[in-house]
Parts: sequence; C-alpha cells; structure tokens
Amino acid sequence: MVNNQNSNMSILLRGLLAENPVFILVLGTCPTLATTTGVVGAFGMGLSATAVLICSNFVISLLRKVIPDTVRIPCYIVLIAGFVTIVQMFIHAFLPELYETLGVYLALITVNCIILGRAEMFANKNTPGKAVLDGIGMGLGFTLALLLMATIREVLGNGSFAGIAIPFMQDHTIGMFVKAPGGMLVFGVLIALVHKITHGKAPVKKDFSCAGCPSAAYCKTGSACASAGQNPEKAEV
Amino acid sequence: MFKTLVVILMSSILINNYVLSRFLGICPFLGVSKKLDQAVGMGIAVILVMLIATAVTWPIQYFLLVPFGIDYMQTIVFILVIAALVQLIETFMKKAIPSLHKGLGVYLPLITTNCAVLGVTINNITDGYNFLESMVSSLGCGLGFLLAMVLFSGLRSRIDDSNIPESFRGFATTLIAASFISLAFFGFAGVVDNLFA
Repeated sequence: MVNNQNSNMSILLRGLLAENPVFILVLGTCPTLATTTGVVGAFGMGLSATAVLICSNFVISLLRKVIPDTVRIPCYIVLIAGFVTIVQMFIHAFLPELYETLGVYLALITVNCIILGRAEMFANKNTPGKAVLDGIGMGLGFTLALLLMATIREVLGNGSFAGIAIPFMQDHTIGMFVKAPGGMLVFGVLIALVHKITHGKAPVKKDFSCAGCPSAAYCKTGSACASAGQNPEKAEV
Repeated sequence: MFKTLVVILMSSILINNYVLSRFLGICPFLGVSKKLDQAVGMGIAVILVMLIATAVTWPIQYFLLVPFGIDYMQTIVFILVIAALVQLIETFMKKAIPSLHKGLGVYLPLITTNCAVLGVTINNITDGYNFLESMVSSLGCGLGFLLAMVLFSGLRSRIDDSNIPESFRGFATTLIAASFISLAFFGFAGVVDNLFA
C-alpha cells in the first residue's frame, strides 16, 4: 500500500473505512467469523484485539531499530503473545462470562493476521506516536466491522440485540445465521457491498496478496504462493 | 477406548471441522485452495505439523507448565514451540528428504501463523484429552482440513470459469461458496454420535 497521506488524522481514520482491516484488507478472518454470533462477544473480541494491537504497535515501533531484521517475526510473535496473555488474564479475572464466550479465540489473537500484519506493514517503519494512532484506527475499524457482522447475525439468527430480545424478530429466527455457514454468507455479502460502495475510490483488494500475508517475511515461495501468482501487481508492500 | 478414539477422529473430521465450523485456518483455506495439487500439499503439511506440534506441546503442558504452576504462559510457549518446530522440520526435510521438501517445503513457513495449529494444541488441553486422544484429535483436525481444502479447490476451479457480477468477484464469492460447503457439512451433525452410540 502506498503511503502518501501521513498526517496523523488520516492515519487514525483510514483504519475505519478506507483501509478497514476486515472488509478491505481482509485480515483476521478467523475471529471475524467465529466471534460474531453475538454483539457482546464481538465487542469484547474487538476491544481485546484493539488493546493488543495498540500495545504491540507501540512496543514494536519503539524497538524497530533494536530488533535485527532476520529474526523480527519471532520477536514480534513473542511480544504479541505476551500482550495477549496479559489481556487474557485481565478478562479472566474481571469478565469471566466474556472469557467463556470467547474461549480459545482469545488466545488466538496471537496469530491474528491484523496484528502481525500491522507490525510488519506499519509499526516497524514509523514512529511510536504514529504506530499508536494506527493501532487505534485499525483496532476501531476491526471492532466496528465485528459489530456490524454481529448485529446482522444476532438479529437475524437469534432475534435479539446484545442479549435483549426484539419482539417480532424473536419469533422468526433464521438459525443458520448464528451457525458457521451464516457467518461466511454475511461476510461475503458485506464484502461485496463494500466493493460496490467504494468502487473506484478505495484500494479494493480482490484477493490475498503478499502485502497482507503475515508469513510474507519467511515466505520464499514468491509466485508459488497461489494468491501472489494471480495478483503480481498487488504483491508490493 | 477404541470407540472413543473413533468418535473423536470422526467428529473432528466431519462435525467440528476446523475450517468449516470452527473457522480456524481460514487464511490458508482461502489463500492456497486455488489449485488441487497446492491444496493437497498444504493439507498434508498441516497434518504433519499438527501431529508433531501436539506430540511436543502436550508433554510440555503436563510435565513442564502445570508442575511449575506457569500454565498461564501456555500461549507464549506454544506459539514459540510451533514456530521453532516448523523451522526445524523445514531444515530437516531440506537436508534429509529433498524430494518431499520440494513438494511440501514451500507450505511449511506459511503454517507458523496458521491459527488451526495453535488452536488444535490449545483445544486438546482445554478438552482434557490424554496423549493418545490428543494425537487422534490432531490427526482428525488435519484430515478435516485436507478434506475441506480438496473439496473447495474443486469448487473454485469452477468458479474461476463462471461470469460473476462485478462487486461479487474475488473474495466475496469465495466466502459465499465456502458458506455453502459449510452448510453441506451440517448434514454430518448427529450422524457420528448415532453411528457409534
């Protein structure tokens, strides 16, 4: 992604729409699909990931001149895993219900492509202040996307919003939407919708590219990677 | 005993399929499923890494983390072990079995950040499986991943040939197609329990 707008405001805001991590960059699909069966869980997931993202962006940006280039990915993973553990213990202690809802997906924030992706794409090239702003913007974009997905899925599939029953909808639920297929269907349709709305304005990402791939650093495959082979023009960071 | 293992195996392949019902490992599922041979290669590499990762992380959890009371370090330790392991397997394979490395090697580095591998090791612990059950469950998850990849790569080669509305092209159609496969897998729910009840 070419970085031609460097003002702090645009760093903060572009995570919300223009470079929304979920709908445009298509990173972090696993939690997007798994934790959006209810609004409460989605909100919890979004905020946890945001907290980890801000902390990891900040620290990685501070250490960007210290960490040797060749071992940077393992270093990032350890840092991120540390922050995830802190958030995990915090939620376990203060919000045990949320801890139950999120389950294994909380630990899996470690391998969330958004966090490693932002470390690789942004934090290790920018100052700590900008990295924090980027973390906030991306985190909020992620949270908003999760909330949008969760609202659609919970209202249609469960007839409620954040656990509060909606009179008519509650008697006419479509169970599929809170199950696995509904998640993918809603996500697919929303991405198509975002493509439609932003058509020609935002950098529409049609498929995976090496730029968003957290393994890009190790990856010596180049064109052997199915996605990069198809989209050579997007394989630049 | 044997029955438990079969139930664990079948349910982790069909019902709790990691990709289609638990959403773990979606990234490689959508990224590397364009061609059949790549899908198979990735699937086999994932099975291999899952089995070895479980064989290493299970003893670490029960002989190292729990006795010393540091099981809150689980996430950090597991991800480090998996990352190191993948590198090790790749290096070993390159040296010892170059022909296999040629086929699978390119997929190995991509697996480090595959949440299915971390997910399966953590799930084996939270589900309270013993060592044998953990290994069987990992094998099942890996096979389920392979099955989903193979099925999906067939579907995708058809999608590539069809005329899709502009805004649905690319990722959107892929997800919707995945949704239908996932719907089909719903048919298996209940089958396994009744089959061996």
